[in-house]
Amino acid sequence: MRKSFTLLAAAAIAAGTAGAAQADLVVPNLSYRTGPFAAGGIPYADGFQDYFTLLNERDGGIGGEKVQTPECETAYNTEKGVECYEATKGMGALVYNPLSTGITYQLIPKMQADGITLYTPGYGRTSAANGKVFEWVFNYPANYWDGASVAVKYLLDQNGGSLDGKKIALLYHNSAYGKEPIRTLEELSKKHGFTLSTLPIDSPGQEQKSQWLQVRREKPDFVIFYGWGVMNSVAIQEAANIRFPMENFIGIWWSGSENDVQAAGAGAHGYKSLTMHGVGADYPVYADLKQYVHDAGKAAGDGSNAGTVLYSRGMYAAMVIAEAIRKAQELAGTSAVNAAQVRDGFEALEITEARMAELGLPDFGQPFAASCEDHGGPGMARLQQWDATAQKWTLISDWISPDDEVLAPLVAEDSAAYAAEAGLTQRCN
Amino acid sequence: MLYREAGEFKTSYAQDSQTFPIWWDRLWYQVALVVGFAILPFVINDYWANAVVVPFLIYAIAAIGLNILTGFCGQVSLGTGGFMAVGAYAVYKLMTAFPEVSVVIHVILAGGITAAVGVLFGLPSLRIKGFYLAVATLAAQFFLVWLFNKVPWFYNYSASGQITAPERTVLGIAVTGANTPAWAKYLICAVFLFVLAWIARNLTRGTIGRKWMAIRDMDIAAEIIGVNPLTTKLSAFAVSSFFIGIAGALFFAVYLGAAEVGEAFGIQKSFLILFMIIIGGLGSIFGSFAGAAFLVLLPVFLKNVLVGALGWPSDLAAHIELMIVGGLIIAFLIVEPHGLAQLWRVLKEKLRLWPFPH
Repeated sequence: MRKSFTLLAAAAIAAGTAGAAQADLVVPNLSYRTGPFAAGGIPYADGFQDYFTLLNERDGGIGGEKVQTPECETAYNTEKGVECYEATKGMGALVYNPLSTGITYQLIPKMQADGITLYTPGYGRTSAANGKVFEWVFNYPANYWDGASVAVKYLLDQNGGSLDGKKIALLYHNSAYGKEPIRTLEELSKKHGFTLSTLPIDSPGQEQKSQWLQVRREKPDFVIFYGWGVMNSVAIQEAANIRFPMENFIGIWWSGSENDVQAAGAGAHGYKSLTMHGVGADYPVYADLKQYVHDAGKAAGDGSNAGTVLYSRGMYAAMVIAEAIRKAQELAGTSAVNAAQVRDGFEALEITEARMAELGLPDFGQPFAASCEDHGGPGMARLQQWDATAQKWTLISDWISPDDEVLAPLVAEDSAAYAAEAGLTQRCN
Repeated sequence: MLYREAGEFKTSYAQDSQTFPIWWDRLWYQVALVVGFAILPFVINDYWANAVVVPFLIYAIAAIGLNILTGFCGQVSLGTGGFMAVGAYAVYKLMTAFPEVSVVIHVILAGGITAAVGVLFGLPSLRIKGFYLAVATLAAQFFLVWLFNKVPWFYNYSASGQITAPERTVLGIAVTGANTPAWAKYLICAVFLFVLAWIARNLTRGTIGRKWMAIRDMDIAAEIIGVNPLTTKLSAFAVSSFFIGIAGALFFAVYLGAAEVGEAFGIQKSFLILFMIIIGGLGSIFGSFAGAAFLVLLPVFLKNVLVGALGWPSDLAAHIELMIVGGLIIAFLIVEPHGLAQLWRVLKEKLRLWPFPH
């Protein structure tokens, strides 16, 4: 039994890899369209895929090289993520964007050893922002700790500059992802004098009655929320059920998509979340996407997600990757770049407002420039608020920068711990 | 015609009591050893090691462990994931606290620590049986996962609660960490599996295994004929947890490299391993291998066929894969409720008579 399976599997893999071997630029799309996190995974993967399709269709690829995005289903599961990574890395993969903090932690040492870039915008290991330690990992434009700090800064702003004596509860996905901001928030609570309570929700988070009971009992002034997948809509529904004032409920950027708020109907009105890019479909790039991708019948998935928050984010990630590859081509003087050259492209990348406008995304994301030391970007974010009557997100703040005074030592400390554990010497000296 | 004992004469007790009394079985066993230790290490690549073979070997160890407890001793356990977590966190703490000691010793010690924890959670089995015991072990599962999430000491106070395996070597070759060659990864797991399976096989056909089976078949009758339920049940918990702890340690240190308790060792892992032994065959070492192979290889195989060869969208393939695996599990259990091991036994009987059945 085992033998025949093995033989058949060998034949299948041989057939599978033969089909994708002659690719030009390979950017594997480790996506999840199944499981409890599919609500977030599907639009993100669609946006990611569609942007590369657009480049292939409109411009003939990047610098004349077509981009292939072989898709592999991880179901947000680390074991499947490893399998996907191993299955795709042999195709000449240039960069990975797994959209899962758990998988990211798994891949960081592996990709360092294999020499492939890991790009984790807005998620992953926060201290990877320190390029001195994490040579192959990039997480600009913003990371989890930036998010926590921006949320607190916004609250400071709303409360006349002081959070003294206020109570803030962190409601989080009980995993590496949700635990990331705890240390930052602890530091910030010391600095600003608010009390912090942490309420973990076990994955996948369909059951949160006890946590919301605790919210009712403790009566925090504000709830900061680090959720993902099905737990987002459950949390917003529960908050609506206990009549928690929605304007005091702030989600990280992974807890602020249409899928998360629509289920709660009018109850979700006023819910706020961070975002690291603009919202809506009023950007020129969407006209091109419609013309070259959606109307041409080449859209990924069912094509219904264009313009949603997470679709835009997947597209934004793809845009940064495409720009990094372009930069790499420029630096290497060849269009057929390899993984090491792409890493150099990431490190030399500079995204300006003018360039964003040229790409059809004016006033969409923050400008940033990477360097050998800085793989994390400025880490700014804006706030958006859900309007349940108009069924759309509106931006309610300008770009807010995080409190680097608090974050920089934390990043240095955590990355130094990693360097010591992994026996790495610091670069960029 | 195949698998016949006719003509095989045993002239000593040693020959009569060997593990594989039939020549054909011995042949398969020897072929498997030659392929496993002399050929595979030279041909295995990263994909095969990381995605297929290493998880299979580790799950086989865990399945043998659970099979000792559930299949041989009749104590249902839903705590496998939790016990694997004990092994993983034990090996992590040992690896980081004593970097100069060989990782092989750490893995074995992690098994020992898990055995102690297993005995502790096995104590209720002296008073409760069946479903009630299953619930008690379920409590162990949730308690252990909660503990490793809650107490930062277990994950060395890392910001995210993730544990990451540092690089450790055996005879100068990395076996954990990112620079491990595929063959080293494979070989360390294969050696552990071989030794443990050999121990399990010999334990289960000796005195202690017979005691376990006596307790499984009827505990009151066993007690009357002089089997001590306390030592028997607790020894089953200890040996089973030892195996599961080693599986957990290898799962974290060699296979994943980084882990998070809720995701890697959650309740679904307990169920997965329980399904392995039910599908493979309760009370059979071969069944543990067959069940692990079935549940590890089949999804990977289906994925490669549906997405790789047929070019289906990955989400459709993932859904169809769940349906096919589920359907096959039901089909197999309807055809043969005693699992793949029994299927193999029936097949052997048929092969003996082939081509002249009665």
